[in-house]
Amino acid sequence: MAKNLLALTGNDAGAYAVKQVQPDVAAVFPITPQTELMHKVAEYVADGVIDTELITVESEHSAMSATVGAAAGGARTFTATAANGFALMWEIVYIASSLRLPIVMALINRALSAPINIHGDHSDSMGGRDTGWVQLYSEGAQEVYDNIIQAYRIAEHKDVLLPVMATFDGFIISHTTEIVDTLTDEVVRKFVGEYKPAYSLLDIDHPITVGPLDLYDWYFEHKRSQIEATKHAKRVILEVADEFYKLTGRRYGYFDDYRVDDAEAVIVVLGSAAGTTKCVVDKMRKDGKKVGVLKLRVFRPFPAEELADALKDVPVVGVLDRAVSFGGWGGPVFNELRSAMYNLERRPEVVNYYYGLGGRDINTEQIEETFNTLLEIAETGKVKERFGYIGLRE
Amino acid sequence: MGMLEIRWHGRGGQGAKTASTLLAAVAIEEGKYGQGFPEYGPERGGAPMKGFTRISDEPIRYHCGIYHPDIVVVLDPTLLLLVNVTEGLKEGGSLLVNTPLSPDEVRKRYGVKVEKLYTIDATKISLEEIGKPIPNTPMLGALIRAMGGMISLETVLSNIRKKFARKFPEKVIQGNLNAVKRAYEEVKG
Repeated sequence: MAKNLLALTGNDAGAYAVKQVQPDVAAVFPITPQTELMHKVAEYVADGVIDTELITVESEHSAMSATVGAAAGGARTFTATAANGFALMWEIVYIASSLRLPIVMALINRALSAPINIHGDHSDSMGGRDTGWVQLYSEGAQEVYDNIIQAYRIAEHKDVLLPVMATFDGFIISHTTEIVDTLTDEVVRKFVGEYKPAYSLLDIDHPITVGPLDLYDWYFEHKRSQIEATKHAKRVILEVADEFYKLTGRRYGYFDDYRVDDAEAVIVVLGSAAGTTKCVVDKMRKDGKKVGVLKLRVFRPFPAEELADALKDVPVVGVLDRAVSFGGWGGPVFNELRSAMYNLERRPEVVNYYYGLGGRDINTEQIEETFNTLLEIAETGKVKERFGYIGLRE
Repeated sequence: MGMLEIRWHGRGGQGAKTASTLLAAVAIEEGKYGQGFPEYGPERGGAPMKGFTRISDEPIRYHCGIYHPDIVVVLDPTLLLLVNVTEGLKEGGSLLVNTPLSPDEVRKRYGVKVEKLYTIDATKISLEEIGKPIPNTPMLGALIRAMGGMISLETVLSNIRKKFARKFPEKVIQGNLNAVKRAYEEVKG
């Protein structure tokens, strides 16, 4: 098959995937650095390329509300947001997953205010880690495209029926032009298939009630069923990735471990910094230093057993967090990853670094320095600092 | 070829953002890997800003700023007095400046110590061909000449047409294409 290589920004790549999926309804509200994505989707609609029903709403709270309404009515839906927009949606974000609505949303990672900052960090999506949404993180524009397409299959699977957010770093990915290997519209439409909702408010022959009062008699059981759905999502994510691999040759899983097998020190990171870290790994390997990187793609559901298994023979693991859990024992990725390793026979030493808040660049020198600190821990067995910072003025 | 890294210095409104991403798109169309990204600040017209382009035969996995460029492009000569534009420039790297001066005059006036120094009066060309002092497209023409055939002039021209087609009238597009061709011919150094 001839390749269709396009030069797209992360936002363009997301919009291109949405164009090819052609959802029935999309709710639109602008916020930097997401605006260009929905702008492009709106352009596809205005040009008659797709017949998606655009709802221009007056806030993100309404964007998610409109999406919930449309999804409950049996529509395939899409919306996108960032940072404070996501924060404003919050109430309805939780309702979307609790109503088991297979909504797909692009969340373009941006720092939460205050102070006002438009650049990329993970404080928005990490704040939403317990909202019941599946979370897929992307390293670059290609993964934005691939993850949004796969998100529909995961969300709409009959054993899952949960919303999925595909996230990517604001500006660092959203506004960077890169090469994206795209499929044809036809192939994408066949991959996602025709959407046949399991339940629909508009199906008057099979009337249902959505969102009724549910007190201590059944609420707990409904939450349990949501927990089970999240477990199913874990299985389905791999099934969908497998099918996607057969279609594209691009392999996806819960994570991507790069030169981890014999490594003395491994950095665990998600999003755009993973690629830069791979370059550093290649350079340091040439110097004979045994380092590797594990890029986490799926943060929800958290692949605890698989991560523990992948890292069980690594002496030292450095976890990089781009979101702060204030007063918590380390950042969100560190906290869960370290807990996942508790039952290992020989537990790796795990240290945590905060980096890149407010979009601060993380460069190759800083990553190399971090690896050297990890290697020193591997050699001496001594941890001077369990919690550190990368690229911060003291 | 390894990876080529280019840093653009301009002022808000001069089109450094467009040029940095357009060059990446051109490289991709030529069968290479390309990456283009601007530095986003408060986006005030006239404020100093930077853009970045990476070009490679191999997939580009970096997602960080460019600290050691092979080429630095300066869209506004007054930045030579304000910003250390050659900071981190690789040994043997090139500098391209938009100025009516010759390379030797730039060395003398601004104390620039770069062997591979190119100059082009892109502001004059853009005023004459486009009618506005937006030097980014002629700077692209001069740059690909300085890059010595790595990127073809034809692909640059067709990409400018593609990128501008929705935004600008034919007269503006043609003016930009003429400006690129002129700068390609007139670059000094």
